[in-house]
Amino acid sequence: MIKAILIFNNHGKPRLSKFYEHYTEDTEQQIIRETFHLVSKRDENVCNFLEGGLLIGGSDNKLIYRHYATLYFVFCVDSSESELGILDLIQVFVETLDKCFENVCELDLIFHMDKVHNILAEMVMGGMVLETNMSEIITQAEAQSKMEKSEAGIAGAPARAVSAVKNMNLPEMPKNINIGDISIKVPNLPSFK
Amino acid sequence: MALKIVKGSIDRMFDKNLQDLVRGIRNHKEDEAKYISTCIDEIKQELKQDNIAVKANAVCKLTYLQMLGYDVSWAAFNIVEVMSSSKFTYKRIGYLAASQCFHEGTDVIMLTTNQIRKDLSSPNQYDTGVALTGLSCFVTPDLARDLANDIMTLMSHTKPYIRKKAVLIMYKVFLKYPESLRPAFPRLKEKLEDPDPGVQSAAVNVICELARRNPKNYLSLAPLFFKLMTSSTNNWVLIKIIKLFGALTPLEPRLGKKLIEPLTNLIHSTSAMSLLYECVNTVIAVLISLSSGMPNHSASIQLCVQKLRILIEDSDQNLKYLGLLAMSKILKTHPKSVQSHKDLILQCLDDKDESIRLRALDLLYGMVSKKNLMEIVKKLMLHVDKAEGTTYRDELLTKIIDICSQSNYQYITNFEWYISILVELTRLEGTRHGHLIASQMLDVAIRVKAIRAFAVAQMATLLDNAHLLTGNTQRNGICEVLYAAAWICGEFAEHLEDPMLTLEAMLRPKVATLPGHIQAVYVQNAAKLFATVLQKHEGETDSQAAQETSQLLIDRLPLFVQSANLEVQERASCILQLVKYIQKLQQKNVEVAEEVTALFAGELNPVAPKAQKKVPIPEGLDLDAWINEPPSESESEDEKPKAVFAKEEPKHSRSRHTEVDEKELARRREARKQEQANNPFYIKASPSSQKVYDAPGVEHIPVVQIDLSVPLKVPGMPMSDQYVKLEEERRQKEKADKKKKEKKKKREKRGKGRKGDSGPESEEDITPAHHVDIVTEEMPENALPSDDDDKDPNDPHKALDIDLDKPLADSEKLPVRTHRPEVLKSPAEDRDDNTIPQETKKKSSKDKKEKKKDKEKDRKRSKEDKKKKKKHKDVEEELPESLPEEVVQSEETKEVAVPPTSADASDLDFWLSSAPVPPVAQVVTVSSSAAAATVDSSSAAAAESEPEELKDTEPDDTKSSKHKKKKQKKEKEEKEKKKKKRHHHHHHHHSDAGAEDSVQNGTVEDEEPLPPMSNYSLLAENSYIKMMKEDADQVCDIQGNHQDESKVVVSVIFENKSDSFLKSMEFNVLDSLNSKLQRPDGAGPHDGLTVPFQLPPGVSNEARFVFSVQSIVMPQKLKGTLTFIVKTDESSTHEKLDFKLHFTCTSYLITTPCYSDAYAKLLESGDLKGSSLRLEGVNMPFHHLLARICFHHHFSVVERIDSCASMYSRSIQGHHVCLLVKSSDQTVSIDAKCDEPSLLGNVLDEIKQTFSKC
Repeated sequence: MIKAILIFNNHGKPRLSKFYEHYTEDTEQQIIRETFHLVSKRDENVCNFLEGGLLIGGSDNKLIYRHYATLYFVFCVDSSESELGILDLIQVFVETLDKCFENVCELDLIFHMDKVHNILAEMVMGGMVLETNMSEIITQAEAQSKMEKSEAGIAGAPARAVSAVKNMNLPEMPKNINIGDISIKVPNLPSFK
Repeated sequence: MALKIVKGSIDRMFDKNLQDLVRGIRNHKEDEAKYISTCIDEIKQELKQDNIAVKANAVCKLTYLQMLGYDVSWAAFNIVEVMSSSKFTYKRIGYLAASQCFHEGTDVIMLTTNQIRKDLSSPNQYDTGVALTGLSCFVTPDLARDLANDIMTLMSHTKPYIRKKAVLIMYKVFLKYPESLRPAFPRLKEKLEDPDPGVQSAAVNVICELARRNPKNYLSLAPLFFKLMTSSTNNWVLIKIIKLFGALTPLEPRLGKKLIEPLTNLIHSTSAMSLLYECVNTVIAVLISLSSGMPNHSASIQLCVQKLRILIEDSDQNLKYLGLLAMSKILKTHPKSVQSHKDLILQCLDDKDESIRLRALDLLYGMVSKKNLMEIVKKLMLHVDKAEGTTYRDELLTKIIDICSQSNYQYITNFEWYISILVELTRLEGTRHGHLIASQMLDVAIRVKAIRAFAVAQMATLLDNAHLLTGNTQRNGICEVLYAAAWICGEFAEHLEDPMLTLEAMLRPKVATLPGHIQAVYVQNAAKLFATVLQKHEGETDSQAAQETSQLLIDRLPLFVQSANLEVQERASCILQLVKYIQKLQQKNVEVAEEVTALFAGELNPVAPKAQKKVPIPEGLDLDAWINEPPSESESEDEKPKAVFAKEEPKHSRSRHTEVDEKELARRREARKQEQANNPFYIKASPSSQKVYDAPGVEHIPVVQIDLSVPLKVPGMPMSDQYVKLEEERRQKEKADKKKKEKKKKREKRGKGRKGDSGPESEEDITPAHHVDIVTEEMPENALPSDDDDKDPNDPHKALDIDLDKPLADSEKLPVRTHRPEVLKSPAEDRDDNTIPQETKKKSSKDKKEKKKDKEKDRKRSKEDKKKKKKHKDVEEELPESLPEEVVQSEETKEVAVPPTSADASDLDFWLSSAPVPPVAQVVTVSSSAAAATVDSSSAAAAESEPEELKDTEPDDTKSSKHKKKKQKKEKEEKEKKKKKRHHHHHHHHSDAGAEDSVQNGTVEDEEPLPPMSNYSLLAENSYIKMMKEDADQVCDIQGNHQDESKVVVSVIFENKSDSFLKSMEFNVLDSLNSKLQRPDGAGPHDGLTVPFQLPPGVSNEARFVFSVQSIVMPQKLKGTLTFIVKTDESSTHEKLDFKLHFTCTSYLITTPCYSDAYAKLLESGDLKGSSLRLEGVNMPFHHLLARICFHHHFSVVERIDSCASMYSRSIQGHHVCLLVKSSDQTVSIDAKCDEPSLLGNVLDEIKQTFSKC
């Protein structure tokens, strides 16, 4: 079982948090902080597994994380999950985000948290891995956004226009923190499908 | 009106959406909290509007704020509103918000039930999907109960997208509503073979998750998973299955054997590291489960260790980490294989990655032996010095202590070394683990008596140098060791060389800065030291020294009397007054030493931590009951207990009466011992430690003379190193001595045994430096061994420990809403009736027959009309209860034959018993069968017959009616089939018998055990040897040349009955045209085979011989000879023994499981020729009869209905043999069919013989 999926940036700011067990908001923040603290002090070229999260679960649990450019993707899992399998799953997740957002960057995640949630929902459900096939995930996610667009229809047009205008006068929209560009290499892992 | 809408939408344009909110927060970095609180106010306004779009937007923003840690539960109702929007866009927003912040305590959740149900049945698959996803996060017991049935229906949805989600969410439903597990399980199982890989994967996922917690209930699925494992190409699924097998093997060692080969293949073939790793892991689990000595698996262990070494050596840190992790699992059972990689693991200790270092440390824990402990600890000590972070250093410290103290200091040969290590560890700056070191010191000093002198000396030094430890501040955790040091010096003061010096050290003013509890110990032990000093100087004419000591105490103690710590103050003032009194006596030249010493007489024994808890409550003792009448009100409460204990007190308390003389003391000691012996409540020393305590007094404790040539401190070199060197020298010397002795011994007793002493010195060779008796901790005499203290009673998975093979009872149906009239129409109702639990079925059989017919007709009709049937199926699928029968029915339409529930247990047995390696049990019993021959065979048989026993349990009487019915049904069906020649699967009997089997499988004992049976028959016997043979039904085909030549394996047990040694046994048979003994290449056709072992007196062993057989239709006899040499002390003689090997036709049959559908097909094919047999006067229960046939003649029960059973077996050349066995009044009729009539005839003859024998 996956207990939680967290995305935060290099400064520990949460970009997405999905807990598959209930915690109060305060505990959740504490878990994020603790996890960030544990993960961020690790070197780049050490292993991606980490034991000893005190707050989430017991000794059975492990943190499995990957660090992409400015973002940490952390999965907290118990012993029923395969460590390398989850690492691959994170990779699939990031690649899927990359496809759905077209060169995903931290800003995409910041401004479209809901969309990230929706994509994640196609991969992991209630803490269990639902789908690992990237094209299937993308197909389903796109079918749903298409539906969303068709529902918005004409009524949605003005809102979209306004939103576009708002975005236009955004000088702070740097696209430079591009995860897609930074080569996401899976160390020595033959493709896992 | 229109204007209003336009206005609304224009308003909306300028509402903040999620992006605006995020942007706003980013622009207000300084006053984020303030900005967000205004935003929340805005959101509250938006939520008040009627426009659902506005609400959804607000809820979306709330979801974001929730992530930032803001409590949004106040908006729960609005979230429900948005969830129930008809637009997918808003619905999804609502469900997302709900999944993020709803939980079991959210009260509005109960409002959602109907909405969710509506969404689940929505025609839009994404509505359903979103609802399922949301529900998976916030499902409550109520929701689970109310929606379980709807979700179960979705498990058979046409769209795989919905199916997989529905399957996955079932796990959550089971957790919240365990009652749903049994009704839903058949369908879940069915999904394991779903055509869509995603659905299949989801089902595997759920079952693995379930089975991980309660593996024994899922053992019966093993064959199915095995099939999946060998056929699936999806690595996710494979990993899950392999992990599941890892959880199942400990319960069923036979499964492990079956797994080894395919897993090994996967290990060799896969390129995916993740899969490789999991395979290795499961192989390890298998090996652990088989660890009871299967030497031939050393290849697998080697393979695993090898692969892991590759992982550990990899540059990828992840693989390194996992390699170490898996290695630690092997370590537990096969430490030797891991120990050879010590170099690699020590290397990992230097890794820059802390995770890896910690893993390596874990491994070290198991790798130590007596031989290398010192070396490893030395290495760790170096790391302690180098370690930069305190956490890692502390970890190292605890590991060192763990390693040394594991299993009762098993690996420590030199406790002086260990004490010095502990002392060295005290030099660590700023460690948190002072108390750990302290408790080790205490433990060792108390439990290893021989080391006390040395320990006391070391502790005295520590006390003397206390200022080094306490150095800077009090928060330094290391000062805890002073606690131990002070206590040890005080308690074992008789070993102190200069107690006066130590006493002085303990009373230094600086001590007052130590924590209170340590000071208290100081004060108390100062008094003990004082007593020792007094005793030492007793009898000396000059009482100067003693008086000086008293003066010292009187001078120093007032400091402690002023202590703020209550304990310290109290003790100090008591002792101060005592010392003052003693001083007075001293001045009068009164001898006081003995009385003062008596204050601290007696020894404290170590008591196990759980000892008190484990004292069993004697029968009839009610701890809550009043011992006497409840006290009357006038009586004061505290007087009562005093009265109870008053009598015993003087005896138990340490005597303070100074006038008691030695005799009196001895007498009392005797009396006390007597009393203790008779007192059931007194915790006695365990027998092992008893002898230690038998020594009458403290003064007789064996004290080891320490070689004083060893200086206690070597300048410039850590002390422990010195001991390492000394120890090495000692060992070498010992080794040399031993060799000498060994040689002598060899010369004296040549050829006594084969146990050589070649190779490096083994564990046992290292003897401890001096005799150390580790006093075991005391436990009450009849303590209960159960250790269930650590189980968590609140584990939600406990509720899911449900037997899944039992048929469903009516009461277990999932609750369904009642307004679905079409569901409960005739076929369902009919079926319902038929499967009502047997207990309630007491109607007349005629009645039932008619009903059966009805049902039969019904089914016929449904078959004839496909469309109609389809409809039926749909109805069935909507049926809530999903009784096993239905499942079987719905399977009818599928191409793949799913092994039905009922046969599972026996299937499992067949499946497992066909493993290429014989069951462990058998091997064990055979090799241990040195006892009397008869016992031997029966015990071997008991082990062998286990699988058969499991298959046939006595059915309950209540079941009989059902069986009868089934029988009729089956017969009818058979007729039908013949007439119409139509594909017709009949039901498997999913009787209780089947269900019970799985429970019993290997774990639970059979209620009515079968008489022991053996396939071992006496082959030949003389005064020297006895041969028992069994035709093993293990057969291997020769390169597909299956039709003309096959192999039969014959197992022969050789038992040495004489008092002499038997060797050079040669086994030979005279080949016939038809059957030949398989000889190694190059051997002539008349050469014998050497039996690969020798037999010491009274020992038996088993050898296997392979014969190739061409025609199997006739029984055959082969003449053979066994030649061997009998070796006695004086002489050796050649002996031989002739025997006749009888190959029955039965021995050509292989137990092969057969599903009833395949069986029916076979019968209906018409290729088989029939024959029959009648047995009269068979006086045994039917299930024994079946078991006998199964066991002796290698049949398997296909189906059993009451006293009628169909059985199946296959010959090694592929002939099918089918039996229909009926029994009534001691008469058994067997109708048999086979495609080879002469084979059949012979088999029947043999069956007849079997029963005529008993």
